Amino acid sequence: MNRFIALAMLVVASLHAHAEDWSQFRGQNGTGISSEAGLPVKWSKTEGLRWSMPLPARGVSSPVVRGGIVYITCSSGALDNRLHVLAYDVKTGKELWHRQLAATGGTNCHPMTCMAAPTPVADDSGVYAMFATGDLAAYDTDGTLRWYRSLVGDYPSITNQVGMAASPVLADGKLIVPMDNAGESFIAALDRKSGKNLWKVGREREIGWVTPLVHVYEGKTEVIMSGRGVVTAYYGETGEKLWSQKGTGPSDIASATFQEGVLYSPGRGGTTALKAENGTFKELWKSPKLNGGMSSPLVYKNIVYAATGAGVVNAADAVTGKPLWDERFKGKASASPLAGDGKVYVFNEKGLTTVLKAADKTEILAENDLGEETLGTPAISGGAIFIRTDKTLFCVGVK
Amino acid sequence: MLGRYLAVAVVLLSPFAARADVDYPAAIQAIKAVGREGAGNEAAAAGWKQLVGGGGIALFPTLKAFDGASPTAANWLRSAIDGIAQAEKKAGRKLPMEALIAFVQESQNASAARRIAFELIANQDKTTANGLLESMVNDPSLELRRDAIAAEIEKLKPISATLTLKPAYEKLFAASRDPDQIEQLAKLVEKAEGKADITKHMGFITKWQLAGPFDSPMNAGFGTPYPPEKAIDLATEFTGKAGAKFTWTPNETKQTYGIVDLNAVVGKHKHAVIYAFAAIDVEKETAVDFRAGSQNALQIFVNGKKIFEREEYHHGTKLDQHLGKGTLTAGKNQILVKICQNDQSEQWAQVFGFQLRICDHLGGPVPMQIVTPTTTNK
Repeated sequence: MNRFIALAMLVVASLHAHAEDWSQFRGQNGTGISSEAGLPVKWSKTEGLRWSMPLPARGVSSPVVRGGIVYITCSSGALDNRLHVLAYDVKTGKELWHRQLAATGGTNCHPMTCMAAPTPVADDSGVYAMFATGDLAAYDTDGTLRWYRSLVGDYPSITNQVGMAASPVLADGKLIVPMDNAGESFIAALDRKSGKNLWKVGREREIGWVTPLVHVYEGKTEVIMSGRGVVTAYYGETGEKLWSQKGTGPSDIASATFQEGVLYSPGRGGTTALKAENGTFKELWKSPKLNGGMSSPLVYKNIVYAATGAGVVNAADAVTGKPLWDERFKGKASASPLAGDGKVYVFNEKGLTTVLKAADKTEILAENDLGEETLGTPAISGGAIFIRTDKTLFCVGVK
Repeated sequence: MLGRYLAVAVVLLSPFAARADVDYPAAIQAIKAVGREGAGNEAAAAGWKQLVGGGGIALFPTLKAFDGASPTAANWLRSAIDGIAQAEKKAGRKLPMEALIAFVQESQNASAARRIAFELIANQDKTTANGLLESMVNDPSLELRRDAIAAEIEKLKPISATLTLKPAYEKLFAASRDPDQIEQLAKLVEKAEGKADITKHMGFITKWQLAGPFDSPMNAGFGTPYPPEKAIDLATEFTGKAGAKFTWTPNETKQTYGIVDLNAVVGKHKHAVIYAFAAIDVEKETAVDFRAGSQNALQIFVNGKKIFEREEYHHGTKLDQHLGKGTLTAGKNQILVKICQNDQSEQWAQVFGFQLRICDHLGGPVPMQIVTPTTTNK
């Protein structure tokens, strides 16, 4: 028996030792896919958890995990103008540090969202946390403030009265900051050490919530940014506009994903699959059924999944766009679906996760209810799923 | 007052003794020097490390440094205090309560710093913190004021005597500044058979002269100065959309929060600009906030000078979502609001209207008279 226990401990330890980081919105490369095995199937508020921690305030951003630390943002106060960045030990859930900022931008937004809407991005040195107020701070892993910027202070016309939610990402060692809004709209690359602009490129004055995609094409890092009706690629090194394509139905809400050289671009009329060819994009197919609304599409094992606000998961063949199946889940989704270990996770707004088998036929493996508002997309790392609700950060996984 | 100095002196002589190798003024100066687009960030980061590394003794210089700090610098300082407090807690050292209390009670200190000090006290001793709130219903820190008012409301809950409740709630209503608390107290005052005038308390402008619709092809009107921006003459006849002639027309809104529904008053128009004019009389020069809400693009002019503009359409509206700072001169002042409608066809994008209030920097009433002419001038 002792051998079995030792073996089990070894397996768990190895899972922890080889934990895959989940450093940004929808994980590495923004795919929403984990390559880890042994991901959880069943859990509740009292079972199947490694730990849970009460959060100081609400947030709809995702947790991110890097180097054994879970980073998360929250916002609080009568005017939602107190901003929080927290770090937790990934193994125990112990709070490592908690830093606060006062909002320097406006806090008006749709009641569903809040100022802690953009997801932070982490690297080995720490975390870069942005808020819907345009407040942006970089902290070292120990909570040391490396730099801070008030983007609304820098560019006072920035405005999005619905509430901003696009998340920063990292590309070629630079911090990429998307700032599509109704005032001074731009995308910029900031120096990670100083927070200063390396390049800044103007964009259409349109509000948007899309997180940029980073893609390497022929050795060149492209930062791909969708806006209403147009997708544009910028050279990561200089910000030079490399290409843009109109009329392909890109979204200003959900974020695109790249798989096998194909850009799956969500839009208000569904998802479009685009293949790069000779400096332009060729439309492979378009599926009105794959319309996730606020949630971004998932492409996993050659199947595209879209979890809709109407409470349906639609699955389609990633090569042809042909519908495979649809399955009603309880409630509706704001968070984007995730996948790993042959499973697809769909999160509803009330805290219920439907676990589906990743297959060309529908099969529900489990329904797991945490019973708390869940609008942010969770994270997967170290064999665990990190689900942030409006009150709690849950680490779901085998102990 | 002597007690406060003693409290600070005790801190200076306590285990929080200054580290000789830390140049606090220089560290603070570096942080307060941060500028646009990250200018000075490297020096500020070094200063931040010095403050946090200095331990508890850096707490009060950092709190004091909020005086005159820019919003950007204040966030550097706020984060430094988080770091200092965390390190002291980890080291098992308590923060000096007496000195923190003295800092909170000194209302000349920066509001943000006083609130932080209050929260540090609350983290160590909630009872002491709650005790401090008893004298703070009129505090210049809106966060402290809010908590103090909320605590007073709680205290009044077991009381049923109207004679006691009416003056108590009226006093709290007069002190309230946050819109939700104002509304809550207005209801309590009325329940206690008193009268609470939200419109007046919040300073909404209710009497206007309206002119429009001016033609705004392709939304160009936002950047086009129509005649009312050049001079206000209530007798002027204008030519607007499709050659229509109109003059200034008086309008008085009875809506509690001063909302003017332009669709109802002027009619439904697209690609249109409407001006709203109000005259405000004050006895002496007064620095004020102009706080507006609108689903439409909007500009605010005070005595001919533009003090605010926001070109954003149908992304939601909220009380006080727009803030312009300005000064009313002694005597009569001309307030002009330009409201622009675009051509969106969605059902939710048909709203055309605005609200404007004039208040002090805390959102409180300023002594003023609305003297907008109420007659039609033809």
